[in-house]
Amino acid sequence: MGKLLAVTLIVIAIGSAIPILAHIWVPPADISTHGYQIDEQMSDTMVEAGICFLAAQIILGVFIWVFSGRKPGAKLRTFPGGAKGLVGAAFILVGLEVIILGAFGKKAWATIYFTPPGADALPVQVQAGQFAFYFRYPGADGKFGPLHPDKINEANQNIFGLDVDHDPDSKDDIVTAEMGVPANKEIHLLMHAKDVGHSFYVRELRIQQDFVPGLDLSLHFTATKVGRYEIVCTQLCGLGHYNMKAYLNVMSEPDYEAWIKQQASMQ
Amino acid sequence: MHELSTHAANHAPPQSFLRKYVFSVDHKVIGKQYYGLGLLAVLIGMVLSWLMRIHLVWPNFAIPGLQWLSSAGAPGGVITPEYYLQLMTMHGTLMVFFVLTNVPFAGFGNYFLPIQIGAEDMAFPRFNMMSFWVTFVGFCVLVAAFFVGDGPPLSGWTAYAPLSAIPGSGPGQATGQTLWAISIATFCIGQLLGSLNFITTTLDLRTKGMTLMRMPLCTWAWFITSCIGLLAFAVLLPACILLILDRVAGTSFFVPSNLVVSDQLVNLSGGSPLLWQHLFWFFGHPEVYIAILPAAGIVSHILVNSYRRPLLSHKAIIYCMMAIGFLSYMVWGHHMFLSGMNPFSALVFSFPTLVITIPATILVLIWIGSLYGANLQINSASLFALGFISMFVSGGVSGFFLAQPSIDVYLHGTYFVVGHFHMVMGVAAIFGMFAGTYFWAPKMFGRMMNETWGKIHFWGTFVGTYCIFMPFHYLGMIGNVRRYSAFVDDYLQVPQPVSLLGLHFSVSPIEVHEFISIAALFTGAVQLIFVYNLIYSRFKGTPAPENPWQGTSLEWATSSPPPWDNFGGRLPVVYHDPYQYGIEGASGDFVMQNSSEHIQTVREDKKVI
Amino acid sequence: MPHGLFMATTLQAPPTVKLPGPGSLRRVILRDSDAPSTGIWIALAAITMTFAAFTSAMLVRQGSANDWRHFSFPIILYFNTAVLFASSLTLQIGRRRFSRFDTERHGEARPTITALYGTLALGCTFVFAQYAAWQQLRSEGLYLSSAPSSSFFYVFTALHALHVIGGVLGLVYVIRKLHRGVLRTNTFAAASQYWHFMGLLWLYLLVLLRTRI
Repeated sequence: MGKLLAVTLIVIAIGSAIPILAHIWVPPADISTHGYQIDEQMSDTMVEAGICFLAAQIILGVFIWVFSGRKPGAKLRTFPGGAKGLVGAAFILVGLEVIILGAFGKKAWATIYFTPPGADALPVQVQAGQFAFYFRYPGADGKFGPLHPDKINEANQNIFGLDVDHDPDSKDDIVTAEMGVPANKEIHLLMHAKDVGHSFYVRELRIQQDFVPGLDLSLHFTATKVGRYEIVCTQLCGLGHYNMKAYLNVMSEPDYEAWIKQQASMQ
Repeated sequence: MHELSTHAANHAPPQSFLRKYVFSVDHKVIGKQYYGLGLLAVLIGMVLSWLMRIHLVWPNFAIPGLQWLSSAGAPGGVITPEYYLQLMTMHGTLMVFFVLTNVPFAGFGNYFLPIQIGAEDMAFPRFNMMSFWVTFVGFCVLVAAFFVGDGPPLSGWTAYAPLSAIPGSGPGQATGQTLWAISIATFCIGQLLGSLNFITTTLDLRTKGMTLMRMPLCTWAWFITSCIGLLAFAVLLPACILLILDRVAGTSFFVPSNLVVSDQLVNLSGGSPLLWQHLFWFFGHPEVYIAILPAAGIVSHILVNSYRRPLLSHKAIIYCMMAIGFLSYMVWGHHMFLSGMNPFSALVFSFPTLVITIPATILVLIWIGSLYGANLQINSASLFALGFISMFVSGGVSGFFLAQPSIDVYLHGTYFVVGHFHMVMGVAAIFGMFAGTYFWAPKMFGRMMNETWGKIHFWGTFVGTYCIFMPFHYLGMIGNVRRYSAFVDDYLQVPQPVSLLGLHFSVSPIEVHEFISIAALFTGAVQLIFVYNLIYSRFKGTPAPENPWQGTSLEWATSSPPPWDNFGGRLPVVYHDPYQYGIEGASGDFVMQNSSEHIQTVREDKKVI
Repeated sequence: MPHGLFMATTLQAPPTVKLPGPGSLRRVILRDSDAPSTGIWIALAAITMTFAAFTSAMLVRQGSANDWRHFSFPIILYFNTAVLFASSLTLQIGRRRFSRFDTERHGEARPTITALYGTLALGCTFVFAQYAAWQQLRSEGLYLSSAPSSSFFYVFTALHALHVIGGVLGLVYVIRKLHRGVLRTNTFAAASQYWHFMGLLWLYLLVLLRTRI
């Protein structure tokens, strides 16, 4: 039975690696300016993790094959180098991996979080609430009007709680159900939650960030390819969580101008 | 002169049925009670996972009878989206708390720790009894959530605020969530009492000759786990208390201002949802090591018995377990990389998370390296122990991805995370539980379990769990989001073309989910073989000898099952390290710890003793 | 299969102690288990961790919004502190009286019991006086949910008082044992370590609350 276990182990290990090696299920094509760093990090990690995974499983399998079902009285042998060698190897190999991945991983993280958005980034506000995302654009004056949570009224379509009668900056704010952005323009996404925790995730953009009620958080990104991409909620927010999504439309500059004008006229 | 046990002077063997089997202070009975409670919890948790998997791929399937459990949650037996989340929450809560903490730690630990150190019972037998019954009350309160108005909570076992703090935020978030918080707070108290016992017993009640370094590795694991648990549960308890106050007393520790739920302004203000996350994960990360370390210790103990030779380094395993325990307190923020906390702290948390790979790797290398040149014995227990190594590697390797914040940006909240934690907790730790059962059932019940059924159980479970949980990683790689009660995203329906060895076909992610669900149902069914084996052998199994596996530690130096005071009034004296297998010059292929046979052992430092 | 050999030890039957009369103690040579002492330190570690968690919750909460709302520190708390410290003094007196049995073969339990009753009385006074502090807060309109500052005040003082009541029960147990004439040194040590810790913990909370609320 030991031999059977050995074979099964090795088959499972190699079988598990095949979808990865054959690139069957891979992340969707990256459409952001920073995503390539994340993708590189993932590939590097996949190679290292894959080697460790395969090596451990295969060696375990081989040892089980060789050392099970031995004749009684068979001589016991010790792994060359004993514990010292293995401990040393663990420290050196894993230590190196940790340092390399840590050092390089910092870059991708820094690009997302440690660099502020450019001065001419397009600000878009997103409000997450049970169970939809809504977006607000500042309009011609480039300013967002203040929010009044007590004025939020879904029935009257006052999603953000704007007071257009008393706040001049709110008059030209554009509220939409889909997020349209021009391609190759940096977007400064201002995030807040209306009720409970949510999260903003666009696979192709390689960005994800929680909404924390009570906190104003932000992200910035630049989308490079025109297309329609799903924005999904990835923080458990209640019964409609599975259905809480919106669409990101990355458009050419003229298309975006047309779209935003049309949205403004529908306010 | 031998030490008088003040303990034995205090209690005579119990006489009444209640005192013997229900309110017993005997650690062996308490260990079995914990095991039984864990078994009940895992069966419920497994059924919940079946319901979840069925709903995900066959959403319109009517589960016969489910409408009687919840007419709102499952009208006509068809699970609603909210009920899916409620089942999911209870699945996670039951499994993490009442299975993974109960069985490998409280169950086996209570039974075997005193015996393995040569003591007659735990240091505080009455506290021990209390700890079980408090845990049992916690279990009952949790299960009661199924039967209250709106049903159980739907906020996940992680119960993030404000979803968990505002009663109106969803079905089950009213009474159900309050019951959840009370149950977990109660559980904390039970575990604190238990940890107190474990630590004191290990430090004070070791028999003559049993130095700390001579304790078996599972004893070390229980000791280290109880140290972790003492501090971790002591933080979860305040978190639950504050959550309960937010829910019923109008305080706002976790609820910020200006929230609007169902078009109404929430009356609480000023609180911090991140505070809940910090408190919860400060407990939550050590908790997952509480879940895995006892299994690792049990597996080490069984492996060395099946290798018939000592591990390459006894001390390295101990120090690695200690290092993991220590580091486990420094990494909690890796659950919160994207939570909105200061992004610089993500790097601070990522480093120890990656570093913890080092002791984990050493453990795996020693387990595998010690197999080289060994004389491996295959039985149900050793099969599960070997399977544990494979699962631990699989689960650990995926953790390597999640430990890096930049990669976590993509993989957080996807099935990749679900695959990772299920492999380490849901499979590896459970393998430790199975290995321990097959290994120790003869000692606990005085009867051998059926080996053939045990092997069938192993094969079905080993292949089955890989079929279930390995594909989760692929689904995560394409961004399949977790905790969704239905898959409505476009890309999930799209078949991916596959060209493999000349074969061309296409598989959509939904079809992968179907495969997983079928594997889950199959693997679950295989577990019934285990339950049947356990119950049948308990009554009809072949009577077990004192030392069926030719083990060296003290549990094999007494009868199967042991007498009420473990050693029949004569505490053993220990002369040897715990794993003297295959010693040259010894009279047999193993030397028991309390054997007065004089052998020449070459210690790790090359000193011949 | 080599069998383990036990070193032959027979457990001695518990020594029959002839109690010379109620309220008396006779020294009995029993090897005392360290377990109660070790156990109490471990329990205190857990309790410390719990209060540390509440402390960090308070610090975070204070910083997370502008609604802290300071209020005046109830003066009675200083009196309560003195009462609790006095109870530690009486407890130490009791322990010193008890430890005389280490040097003498027998003696009276009554002096020790009296000191312990004093400790109990002071401990209960402390709990009631804490309740009085709550009354004062209520008269100012400060309830559990009024403000985060008052929330934490109630939470900290209530939990501490609960633990003090636990210590009271421990001392009651010790007194009962003394009445029966059989009390292990380590049990008494454990109960008094716990009690003194309650005093130390209170001192910490006093400073914390005084500087924050």
